[in-house]
Amino acid sequence: MKSKEQLVVIGNGMAPGRMLEHLQEIEPARYKITIFNAEPRVNYNRLMLSPVLSGEKCYEDIITHSDSWYAEHNITLHKHSPITNINTSEKYVTTASGIQKQYDKLVIATGSKPIVIPIPGHDLPGVMVYRDLDDVETMLSVAKKCSNAVVIGGGLLGLEAAAGLSAQGMNVTVVHLADHLMEKQLDKPAALLLEKAMQARGIRILTSANTAQIDGTDKVTGITLKDGTTLPAELVVMAVGIKPSTELAESAGLSVNRGIDVDNQMRTSERSVYALGECVEHHGNCYGLVAPLYDMAKVLAQTLAENSAEYSGSVLSTKLKVSGVDLFSAGDFLGSGDSDEIVVRDAANGVYRRLVLQDNRIVGVVLYGDTSDSAWFFDLLKKQTDISDIRSTVIFGAAYQGDPNADPTSAVAALPDSAEICGCNGVCKSTINTAINGGANSLESVRSITKASASCGSCTGLVEQLLTLSLGEQYQPAELLPMCGCTELGHADVRRLIKAKSLKTIDEVLQALEWSSSCGCAKCRPALNYYLVCEWPADYADDYQSRFINERVHANIQQDGTFSVVPRMWGGVTSASELRAIADVVDKFNVPMVKVTGGQRIDMLGIKKEQLPEVWKDLGTAGFVSGHAYAKGLRTVKTCVGKQWCRFGTQDSTALGVRLEKYLWGSWTPAKVKLAVSGCPRNCAEATCKDIGVICVESGFDLHFAGAAGLDIKGTEVLGHVDTFDEVEEYVSALLQMYREQGHYLERIYKWANRVSIDEIKKQIMENADTRLAYARRFSESQLIAQHDPWASRTDNNMQANEFSLKPVAAVEVVA
Amino acid sequence: MSESSHYWYRACFAAEIPRRGSIRVSHGRLKIAIFKTAKDEIFALEDKCPHKGGPLSAGIVHNNCVTCPLHNWDISLESGKALGADKGATARFKVQVSDDVVMLYVKKTPSLSVV
Ligand code: SRM
Ligand SMILES: Cc1cc2nc3c(=O)[nH]c(=O)nc-3n(C[C@H](O)[C@H](O)[C@H](O)COP(=O)(O)OP(=O)(O)OC[C@H]3O[C@@H](n4cnc5c(N)ncnc54)[C@H](O)[C@@H]3O)c2cc1C
Ligand code: SF4
Ligand code: FES
Repeated sequence: MKSKEQLVVIGNGMAPGRMLEHLQEIEPARYKITIFNAEPRVNYNRLMLSPVLSGEKCYEDIITHSDSWYAEHNITLHKHSPITNINTSEKYVTTASGIQKQYDKLVIATGSKPIVIPIPGHDLPGVMVYRDLDDVETMLSVAKKCSNAVVIGGGLLGLEAAAGLSAQGMNVTVVHLADHLMEKQLDKPAALLLEKAMQARGIRILTSANTAQIDGTDKVTGITLKDGTTLPAELVVMAVGIKPSTELAESAGLSVNRGIDVDNQMRTSERSVYALGECVEHHGNCYGLVAPLYDMAKVLAQTLAENSAEYSGSVLSTKLKVSGVDLFSAGDFLGSGDSDEIVVRDAANGVYRRLVLQDNRIVGVVLYGDTSDSAWFFDLLKKQTDISDIRSTVIFGAAYQGDPNADPTSAVAALPDSAEICGCNGVCKSTINTAINGGANSLESVRSITKASASCGSCTGLVEQLLTLSLGEQYQPAELLPMCGCTELGHADVRRLIKAKSLKTIDEVLQALEWSSSCGCAKCRPALNYYLVCEWPADYADDYQSRFINERVHANIQQDGTFSVVPRMWGGVTSASELRAIADVVDKFNVPMVKVTGGQRIDMLGIKKEQLPEVWKDLGTAGFVSGHAYAKGLRTVKTCVGKQWCRFGTQDSTALGVRLEKYLWGSWTPAKVKLAVSGCPRNCAEATCKDIGVICVESGFDLHFAGAAGLDIKGTEVLGHVDTFDEVEEYVSALLQMYREQGHYLERIYKWANRVSIDEIKKQIMENADTRLAYARRFSESQLIAQHDPWASRTDNNMQANEFSLKPVAAVEVVA
Repeated sequence: MSESSHYWYRACFAAEIPRRGSIRVSHGRLKIAIFKTAKDEIFALEDKCPHKGGPLSAGIVHNNCVTCPLHNWDISLESGKALGADKGATARFKVQVSDDVVMLYVKKTPSLSVV
């Protein structure tokens, strides 16, 4: 059998990633594919780095191809393996570590490098560029510790970096050489609106500002401008442009101009060597946006499959991905002497629209504040449509051409089938509609079939409108389950945004995340309250009115409106004096029923609301604290008698259970949490169906988690083995904190674990000591504030005593 | 029942009611929940859910309704009616606030006398 041809790819960015997808579709069997990538990770969506920087997304959200994708397609990916040499005569490449690999065909996709201006101080620690995930991670860690940042360059990347750093709480100044922001994409009026919007989020903008030097001796301390102004900064980001990465191609003797020369088939000057992406130059043009790279990817895949295809250059449009800022530009937006323009402004709403016309055809578009018609204008521009007939109204957009009061989807409805909806991926309206008619009924499925909205995401709204147009009521936007009827956002998004935007009260969340109800509902308010308690343990004041009644009065409501009260009995151990105190309470308040619970403690049922403070007071005096039998928090730690008594006991399971309960009680969690500690594998405390369980063995302690024995029944998963009480406490509290930070409200540990994967949790807690210790530390910090007996606080401070009052009304002499 | 059998009763101070919360008062056997919304509007309903009698005063208040703590029915504070698919209504009382004093218009003789 003829062995497969070897296809080697250098670089694993967005362009080759897309090319390989096409190749897998049209010619999956032809090549044995090997990729070498300098970055130590799989292919991710570089465009989405800005939302990661601002905290709106995380790395996992932006992965394009996970490890399993490569395995599935039998593609070998060498991460962290830069190629340092290409031998074109003998057809092999060499990595930095000396590994060689033979190829039949080679694809170069090395992307580009950020330009660093060689001013004095440019090589100081703290000066960085913005290109890959490592850069984002560095910026995030600096933002945690330092407060001042300067971004040099007010273009697309610079502004996204500035917005991200500012969202992370830094004071950011943008220093820009030209007299207005984004001068390559925007005219001055739009740039001024943009400048205002950036200033409104606290970002300082200096235009016509030329950097003379970067200050500092062993690290950055600031920058000095040519006019003498100095700006303090612990972080300087240079975002002044990019340069195709061509060194490798050059040293291999390929023809290189500004980028690597390619023909219409993406072939370089060397037979069998192809190139695509930001590293190439095609007919004198180098590109720095993904849309053209995706066009190249299609052509190269066809070329490699030996089909004919031609790349003939691309028309570009720009959008800025700073949330809350809508701008769009395309074509020749500055215009020349003989061009015409149409402008509308709506100052109140911050809207600016400008069309540049030549012979009644649109040649340039700038939209600020309302970009809903961008696809329509861009379509007229690309097709060079004669607009004489609609010239007087064209500026108002597609919807206005028909019924001026049309509904919001009418702009999309009015687009011709060939109109491009997704600029990044070049997907037109008819392609999306075909997918929808073929059964795609969610944003996700349209994305996976057509790629529309899968890159920078700014056309998501348009795609959703197409879904609504075709499917009407049937279309439920966002398969992702919204938290409740008041928002489109899911739990994970809300948690991330609370953190990213430093939202510290429920009202702030409702405002900033555009809740559609004035004060939330019974579903979202308790969830938000928990997320805030968890995120800002020291700053957030628990909102009692957003808690379910049980957590508001620290007792469980019963069907007749009375309450049950369960004091803690640490590890299920009690004493004569405790039992006597309970008996006294039962007598004094005439408690109708006393019951031993399934959680190894005693429940007093049928207590009237107005009696609660008195009951708690008596229990408190006897030394009891609340058992939180009502809480989305730590409930019970069940134990067995263990080594102290039992003939099979291997460790003191009772003492360990008591210690865990004393350390963990009082913490709030997404849903209730129950633990158990058994003294030997006979497991009398039923530890293997708990949220967290410990089984003592001769050699130490087996840790278990993610069991269930309520609505679902499920045995636990093994977390790992540890040797001492101290370690049990550390590992268990770290696991609990990880769950506290990631769990969705009302999601028990086993459901959370299924969602984020058992293996990932094991890895973070068992293998990654730094992560574990950080979680454990955050848990103990939060406990400093959370661990107090709510009964004591309520009775001592007479706090919100009105909650319990029931006074009779009194007659007054007012007549109706 | 004639209107003249109703009188204005002084119930509590508006400041005593937590915003988005409630306070309970009694009138003989009758329990009344007085609610304050996020916009400081005040409403009074019998503290008894039309479903199975749950104490509405213990519910979460949002917009102009309260969610019963027992089985999550939403009850309108303005009309006392169950919202959505659920059917039923709870008694509501006229409210007047002057100088921070909340007054309720209720039947003069408690329907059942105090035990
Ligand atoms: C009192 C007790 C029953 C008893 O008499 O033994 C009890 C009583 C209630 N359980 Fe339970 N559960 C009790 C042990 C359990 C156990 C067994 C255990 O903890 O060892 C389970 C199975 C394990 C588990 O948690 O999954 C259990 C699984 C549930 C569930 C199902 C949860 C699930 O996610 O599957 C609910 C419903 C819920 O939480 O939404 C529930 C809910 C309830 C509620 C809170 C129902 C409610 O919302 O009003 C009951 C409150 C009665 C009250 O006022 O005390 N109870 N419940 C037990 C109190 C334990 C304690 O000391 O704190
Ligand atoms: C923060 C940010 C935001 C952006 N936003 C947008 C946007 O909104 N819209 C838009 O259209 N474009 C945007 N872009 C530009 C877009 O990301 C790029 O056009 C695109 O990623 C380029 O793809 P590529 O495959 O050519 O190169 P890259 O994605 O840069 O990939 C090149 C890869 O090759 C590796 N490599 C380099 N040399 C070697 C070697 N010798 N051996 C092995 N591997 C090597 C590199 O490590 C890198 O991983 C943005 C870029 C950034 C940085
Ligand atoms: S099993 Fe639990 S929830 Fe069900 S009736 Fe018994 S105590 Fe209530
Ligand atoms: S008693 Fe109110 S909802 Fe059931």
